[in-house]
Amino acid sequence: MLKGKHLIEPFDFSLEELDMIFDVADQIIATPDRYLDVCKGKILATLFYEPSTRTRFSFEAAMLRLGGQIIGFDDPNTSSTAKGESLSDTIRTIACYADISVIRHPREGTAKLASKFTDMPIINAGDGGHQHPTQTLTDLLTIRQYHREIKNLTVGVCGDLKFGRTIHSLVKALSRYPNIHFKMISPEELQMPSYILDELLPGSYEITNQLETAIGDVDILYMSRVQRERFVSEDEYVRLKDFFILDKEKMELAKKDMIVMHPLPRVNEISKEIDGDARCVYFEQAKFGMFVRMALIIKLLGL
Amino acid sequence: MINVSKLKKGVVIDHIEANKGYKIFNQLKLDESQDVVVLMRNVPSSKMGKKDLIKIENDIHVDLTVLGLIDPNVTVNIVENGERVKKIKLSLPEKVKGILECKNPRCISKTEHIVDIEFILIDAEKKLYRCEYCDARTSL
Repeated sequence: MLKGKHLIEPFDFSLEELDMIFDVADQIIATPDRYLDVCKGKILATLFYEPSTRTRFSFEAAMLRLGGQIIGFDDPNTSSTAKGESLSDTIRTIACYADISVIRHPREGTAKLASKFTDMPIINAGDGGHQHPTQTLTDLLTIRQYHREIKNLTVGVCGDLKFGRTIHSLVKALSRYPNIHFKMISPEELQMPSYILDELLPGSYEITNQLETAIGDVDILYMSRVQRERFVSEDEYVRLKDFFILDKEKMELAKKDMIVMHPLPRVNEISKEIDGDARCVYFEQAKFGMFVRMALIIKLLGL
Repeated sequence: MINVSKLKKGVVIDHIEANKGYKIFNQLKLDESQDVVVLMRNVPSSKMGKKDLIKIENDIHVDLTVLGLIDPNVTVNIVENGERVKKIKLSLPEKVKGILECKNPRCISKTEHIVDIEFILIDAEKKLYRCEYCDARTSL
């Protein structure tokens, strides 16, 4: 069912299709050795038009662990783009060599455009501030791993809710699941945009600027970094960057079985002193990111 | 009152909101037309108070999509042998191509040459459309 599909935004897949991917990811986690040669003879192209280490490594590690191979670039100046080649020509050419392709680009809508020129599955690995669907798959798989099922959960999202693309996608994706309640925790200046809130069920969320009072109610606390590049004023960034710092004291107010997630990289918003707390799962989350990408590659290639 | 003779064969675009006639005239590229074209402005109307009206003699292709987007309340009458043979009531199109332009400076359409970007209606009241690539909201 997923064979040959593109993944441009999280809503491209139904909940059933997402479950298929998560089921394969569960199997890979349980028995990784069984998947060592699944992609033997297959090539993944990684087209990174802007720098990324985490996402690119995660995709490359995923393909290598499946026994496949990788071609690509992480600096467009070393590709034909520097010679003025159009995206359509690049994609059509890559499709002659690769079986599946991952694309990251600073411009919004690039992956969608790329998907129009080829039947080769295209995976969006980030298009500017727009979509980053494999991060959403990572987050959903992580929640499934720790809470078994994605339902009846209170999810706190904390930090930059205004510009945080990861959080926007996650909130929209979680709103498709039954009985999910949100606590939107942010300074007033970085509140969740109304076009996201308008899509949620009335009464399914609360807005607060108090992490201390909200933390005790949540099953998941999703922290995010205040991104310097989103601010016009440096003073404004400095004022808001350390608005929330999750530390030992606040963690004592949290439930015993809650989890703390973060898309990484972090700056100051999570104190390193709590990294050893079993509830802090952000590095495991990064690992699940690789597993879910392995599962995604398998399903899109129809293997 | 200025009199414009009755149309024998052609198209009458009626009930145009006053002062929007010139915009429609331009969108339909009627300044380039070789047909007889009349743009009437501020015509007294019992229903609208004032309205604009365009008459085009001869067969032309009227792009209803453009009209629906600029003013969905206009009516298009097709005239043959001096009689109205068809009246078309417009509505806002669900999808439009080639008319709107994405206003998001970060959209891929700003650097790649893309023919016929599709815009999808998301708010009929505000006449808001979203770009199929970057999802940014735009209107005419």
